[in-house]
Amino acid sequence: MQKRIYLIAILSITVGIACNARAQAPVLFDGTNPIVLTFQSAAGQSAVPADDVIPRSLLITSDELSKSLQTAKEKPLVLQIGPHTLYAQAHIPGAEFMGATSGDEGKQKLRDRVKSLPKSSAIVLYCGCCPWNHCPNVHPAYQLLHSMGFTNVKVLYIANNFGADWVNNGYPVAKGD
Amino acid sequence: MCLAGLYIYSKRLPPKAPPTASGNIAPEFTVTDLDGRKLSLSDYKGKVVLLDFWATWCTPCREEIPHFVEMQNKYGPQGFQVIGVSMDDDAKPVREYYEKYKLNYPVALGDDKLAERFGGILGLPVNFVIDREGRIHAKHLGATNVATFDDEVSKLLAQP
Repeated sequence: MQKRIYLIAILSITVGIACNARAQAPVLFDGTNPIVLTFQSAAGQSAVPADDVIPRSLLITSDELSKSLQTAKEKPLVLQIGPHTLYAQAHIPGAEFMGATSGDEGKQKLRDRVKSLPKSSAIVLYCGCCPWNHCPNVHPAYQLLHSMGFTNVKVLYIANNFGADWVNNGYPVAKGD
Repeated sequence: MCLAGLYIYSKRLPPKAPPTASGNIAPEFTVTDLDGRKLSLSDYKGKVVLLDFWATWCTPCREEIPHFVEMQNKYGPQGFQVIGVSMDDDAKPVREYYEKYKLNYPVALGDDKLAERFGGILGLPVNFVIDREGRIHAKHLGATNVATFDDEVSKLLAQP
């Protein structure tokens, strides 16, 4: 009897610690179903790097975004900010094509798309044209939305490219326009 | 039972190799280069080809290109050809880049359909080294040590 009480007590303490740890983890989107955000890397992805432009807290992994798109009651607006040839071959289902935001046309299209949205809108930007450190699109896109006053923007961290980090890992894709 | 047997047998077969696996004949294509000339991969049968999928906004791609220009000069007389397929959305920056950096090989604009024939070009650069028979010798994803291209091309050129 005493052994049982000890076992129950240990189990309760363990569960309590786990719940507390989970409750303190950062929440992805305010106003949507809370998704616990962690940076445990998905298979094939390297650890999220420090970034001078985009705060690490605003980066989201493929695994987390995929789960969010499946489970969140209010899904974020996902915007592809890379080349059209990439978007047409494969893109995240529901993602809208903005065009490469390294160029003026892509920036203008992004500006026009979001200008009438509430500043607290949940938005996810992604590219995946090339390795993260070489991507010419994610930083200008983030900086544009930041300068427009958007407060709930995340950027999909793609270490290598969209093919390697999203498609080859079996996350859902759509094709065409 | 026959159907079940066939099903089980099919599952035990090795998976089909993707179209761009080494040893496969490279997918045929025809594009129009920046000078308006039609260019087909089959035109280069008998040559060793380096097919470079790139874009003007791709830093690792731009770092490779000067070396490809050197390779074209060095190995061209031995039967080597670089073909550049730009994945830019517009021709204008490609033409400007082509003229500024004096590329000495044909460059054409690619699209998603061409990319899909090559198994999907979902990140850049992607390079295919194709032997004289038109077979894919190697596929390189991402930035590649340029010595690797030299090594592969020179070996293929040395083959009869």
